[in-house]
Amino acid sequence: MKDSVTKRVMQLLTFLSLFIAVVMAVGLHYKSEAILEQNSVWDLLRSSEWSPLNGKYGFWSFIVSSVYVTIIAIIIAFPVSLLTALFLTENARSWVKKAVFPVLDILAGIPSVVYGLWGTLIIVPWIADTLGPHFVDYTSGYTLLAGGIVLSVMIIPLMVSLFVEIFSTVSSDLKDAAKSLGATRWQTSRSIVIRKASPGIIASVVLAVSKAFGETLAVLMVCGNMVGIPHSLFDSAYPLPALIANNYGEMLSLPMYESALMFAALVMFVIILVFNAISRIVLQNVEKRFKL
Amino acid sequence: MKLRFIEEKTVNLLMIGATFIVFGFFASIVWTIAKTGFPPLTWEMISELPGGGFYLGKEGGILNAIVGSLMIVSGSTLLGLAISIPIVFYINVYLKKNSRLAYFTRLSFDVLFGIPSIVYGAFAFTIMIYFGLKTSLLGGIIVILLLIIPIFVRSMDEVARSAPKELLDAAYSLGATKLEACKVVIRQIAPGIATATLLSVGRAIGDAAGVLFTAGFTDSIPESLDQPAATLPLSVFFQLSSPIPEVRERAYAAALLLTIIVLVLSISGRLITNRFSKNRII
Repeated sequence: MKDSVTKRVMQLLTFLSLFIAVVMAVGLHYKSEAILEQNSVWDLLRSSEWSPLNGKYGFWSFIVSSVYVTIIAIIIAFPVSLLTALFLTENARSWVKKAVFPVLDILAGIPSVVYGLWGTLIIVPWIADTLGPHFVDYTSGYTLLAGGIVLSVMIIPLMVSLFVEIFSTVSSDLKDAAKSLGATRWQTSRSIVIRKASPGIIASVVLAVSKAFGETLAVLMVCGNMVGIPHSLFDSAYPLPALIANNYGEMLSLPMYESALMFAALVMFVIILVFNAISRIVLQNVEKRFKL
Repeated sequence: MKLRFIEEKTVNLLMIGATFIVFGFFASIVWTIAKTGFPPLTWEMISELPGGGFYLGKEGGILNAIVGSLMIVSGSTLLGLAISIPIVFYINVYLKKNSRLAYFTRLSFDVLFGIPSIVYGAFAFTIMIYFGLKTSLLGGIIVILLLIIPIFVRSMDEVARSAPKELLDAAYSLGATKLEACKVVIRQIAPGIATATLLSVGRAIGDAAGVLFTAGFTDSIPESLDQPAATLPLSVFFQLSSPIPEVRERAYAAALLLTIIVLVLSISGRLITNRFSKNRII
């Protein structure tokens, strides 16, 4: 009797938890209906005219900013993470591993506001005073590039730990076979490990993309937040999450403003949900295929 | 013939270089936070509420944010444990090993894990408006709860899944019910629960984007669930945007405090995992 009651309770909780995502989608959609009645989804996404006072809500420049920041972060983080992960799984001695893993743990745990603080104290002045003057006449340092760099540091721990996990599923028989044929370590890594792990690598990158895409506070603190499409690395950017976070206070004062911001949240939710689902499914299959 | 050895050496150097870059970022962050945060960190800052003119650089501390963060984190952690432990039991004890439902549940928690906190914040905000709630301690607890349930479930599930099935069979053969079998599982996943708790407390205390919408900010300590609550990350964020140097310095100190808390949590999490993974029966 007691057994069946607890079973029901557990079952209920499990089912309820499965509905969180659905409820979120419905809730955000419900809130953004007001703006969707007046504008088509396509217009909202493709128009770059942003003036809440006149009721113009075009998200294009924010989407472009988000995409650029994410791409820069991945370009920086991907090679660093891939090489670090290869080093840790194939080459490194155990004391190196013992030193690196806690560092990655800590990097993964540092709150985003601290990353933002670090960005404003180190990266932003560096871009403004050292790097920027080589390329442009003037830059405040609060730029697309600063956002990209800070984000890259934030996603490196995630990428490294995913890569390490995937590389360790590659069967050592294959590696041994390659080595016995006289392949160097790098040749083995390149032609066996990376090739075998490539679906997992791509899935991990997609996962990192969705993490970078949704990161809010750190990016908001270093990106400059000026509305407009950035044209160079040294222009300021205004990504979607920063838009939502910056305007939550005044969004109840203007008509449609709340609805527009909730639409932005819905767009992010859907994109990240899809990216996450795809990469998780790929990763699970990768693990299953290689595990004995 | 020589080429491949040159290649090997180059790649080796690159790998070591990449690892050093990671170390460099880590050192730079820790050094920056420590260097700027230690000088302004005083006992007054930790033990006092913001006084009059606090945001102009006058006396006072950030006790409001410390207590607010602790309240939100402890509330959501307790609720999170109460909700996620039954879910972990259900998918590991009650469902069959290759159950579709278990697969789907795991997948959906993996996906929820990736949803950024700002989206949770926006969603929780719409719910609060729907029910006519203002920014409050309760709102903060709810949004952080949504954020940490996936962490709880997935990290405890990883441990529970690796628990040997023979243990369960042994329990059943002695006539145990499924519920009693859960007790066997809980002994196995106890270190997992501890690590999961530390992990999610770390994430919960550092999260700012979610509570920005829902918990609000205040200079006093909340006395009931419907009052707004200040949080450490937001206290860093707001003070940092001040033009007054003294106020910005307090932001550095608050950031240092936050980093220390997170560091302690993550190090103890790793210690627990290491200690218990030695003793586990596999």
